[in-house]
Amino acid sequence: MDELEDISRRVLVIIPTILGAVTLAFLIIHAAPGDPIRTLMGDYDAPPEVVERLKQQFGLDKPLYVQYVNYVASVLSGDFGTSLRTGREVLAEILRVFPHTLFLALGAVVLAILIGIPLGMISAVRNNTSFDHLSRIVALLGISMPSFWLALVLLLFLSVYAGWFPLVGAGELENPLSILHHLFLPALALAARDAAAISRLTRSGLLEILRQDYIVTARAKGLAEKIVIYKHALRNALIPIVTVISLDLGYTLGGTVVIEAVFSRPGLGSLIIQSIYSRDYPQLQGAIMFFAFCFLLVNMTTDIIYKFIDPRIDYKRAL
Amino acid sequence: MLRQITDNKAMLVGCILIFIFTATAIFSAWLSPFDPFAQNIRFRLKPPGETYWLGTDGYGRDILSRIIWGARISLTVGVVAVSIGATLGILVGLVSGFFGGSVDNLLMRIIDVLLVLPTVLLALVIVAMLGPGIFNLMVAVGISNAPRFARVIRAEVLAVKKMVFVDAASALGASYMRLMSRHILPNTLASILVLSTLRVAQAITTEASLSFLGLGVAPPTPTWGSMISDGRIYLRTSPWVAIVPGVMIMLIVMAFNLFGDGLRDLLDPKLRGSKANLAR
Repeated sequence: MDELEDISRRVLVIIPTILGAVTLAFLIIHAAPGDPIRTLMGDYDAPPEVVERLKQQFGLDKPLYVQYVNYVASVLSGDFGTSLRTGREVLAEILRVFPHTLFLALGAVVLAILIGIPLGMISAVRNNTSFDHLSRIVALLGISMPSFWLALVLLLFLSVYAGWFPLVGAGELENPLSILHHLFLPALALAARDAAAISRLTRSGLLEILRQDYIVTARAKGLAEKIVIYKHALRNALIPIVTVISLDLGYTLGGTVVIEAVFSRPGLGSLIIQSIYSRDYPQLQGAIMFFAFCFLLVNMTTDIIYKFIDPRIDYKRAL
Repeated sequence: MLRQITDNKAMLVGCILIFIFTATAIFSAWLSPFDPFAQNIRFRLKPPGETYWLGTDGYGRDILSRIIWGARISLTVGVVAVSIGATLGILVGLVSGFFGGSVDNLLMRIIDVLLVLPTVLLALVIVAMLGPGIFNLMVAVGISNAPRFARVIRAEVLAVKKMVFVDAASALGASYMRLMSRHILPNTLASILVLSTLRVAQAITTEASLSFLGLGVAPPTPTWGSMISDGRIYLRTSPWVAIVPGVMIMLIVMAFNLFGDGLRDLLDPKLRGSKANLAR
């Protein structure tokens, strides 16, 4: 029962944040300096009657609080509005491109784990060897290099020179192999920073745990080194790593914005950039809100999973 | 203190790199061998060589000169944006942590909302609202950094305000303002300094990302992010145009990360090994 109470508490606490995200999206169009319709029209100097008609069409002639209530009500009923650029429903457009962003973010997290944990483990076990020094330098570079630049470097060497991977696009959704082929380079570029962070954390966590008394006991009773490291040390070092990975999934979603631009991939990030360039505010508002919902959903899910991994966590105290 | 810096080799490297970049930014007018804006189509896309050490770009502009001038933009945006973010974040964190209760609840819910968007995305949204330009860029990156400062400072304030010396000052009749500014804030300075250094690295990357996307400083002003963006179309034939500015971003971000990590070890041993450096 306690678990259920904890989980419902965690779900309830995100409701004000969701409302806040909707408010933030509402403010995008109203916080911009000048008249919203003039902002939407850009450099085009529309006659006043056209501006008035558009104001009525978008409900911008009503008082701000009425606009806000209407906006929240329509968003909560699943109506995110219509794109000014394409004329299509905003939510439909978001759902069309979202799988590409999701694959990219998940692919990046998987690659970051596959690279980061083994690198950190070997580094910790071979502490102060040349491998350790090299992997620490690589991790430092990984944390410092901008992902979009690494993406270009990977494109140059692995696509342009070697021809192993396609230059742009996201592949056909019906063909899993084509998706994976198009996914590898962008996911790798996005994963580099997380892989570096995970490798640093694995190394420092393992080094600390390898000094603990119970590891000395395990070794003293004659257990094989592999069992000591995998069964006794790594399992305990994994808890903070799980936290970082779960925190990173949300931020990796954020990183997709720039990476999608480099690889000309469709996705939520590309949609946001296009909306900004074309002043398509309903689309921008919708995409931002959807992003925020995803982020909250990821955080909430990982919090709940985390609770099962580590039963010592008590949300009543954390909130 | 100087001895401790020189003992920590990583921090020393960071310190030296920051010094070099700062000096380059300050003396860019004297250091750049060519006019960074001067176009010369006859010498476009020249590879690195004797005359043009780092080559030329698609308009025949000297890349080295543009890199030197770009340091000025990167550092200015990084430092000013973090100052804006730190000021806002400190104010919110201090008030929130000190007063607690419903003030804390309200402010933290606002911070929660800002934290649901990653820094780059939040900065992107703010730039979309304010329009491009260096000032708006600094404000956008600054505001997007503020929630992280607010969270850290609030946590610090919560710990410090329970200490006996704060009770003593309060018992002696110190006002809320005095308690916050004279007794609590000075005790959070170590964290502020460490976080600021690490966030400068993050702010420089955010600025580069926004400039790369064409939402940063308007051309022809040289910024490292826009230089990479310009170099994209020549990637196949003249890769140095995009590669060199990226190396610079990597070096400056690495410098601030090394310096920040060292500073954390130096000023606040209890933070050692924490995830502050991984915070986005």
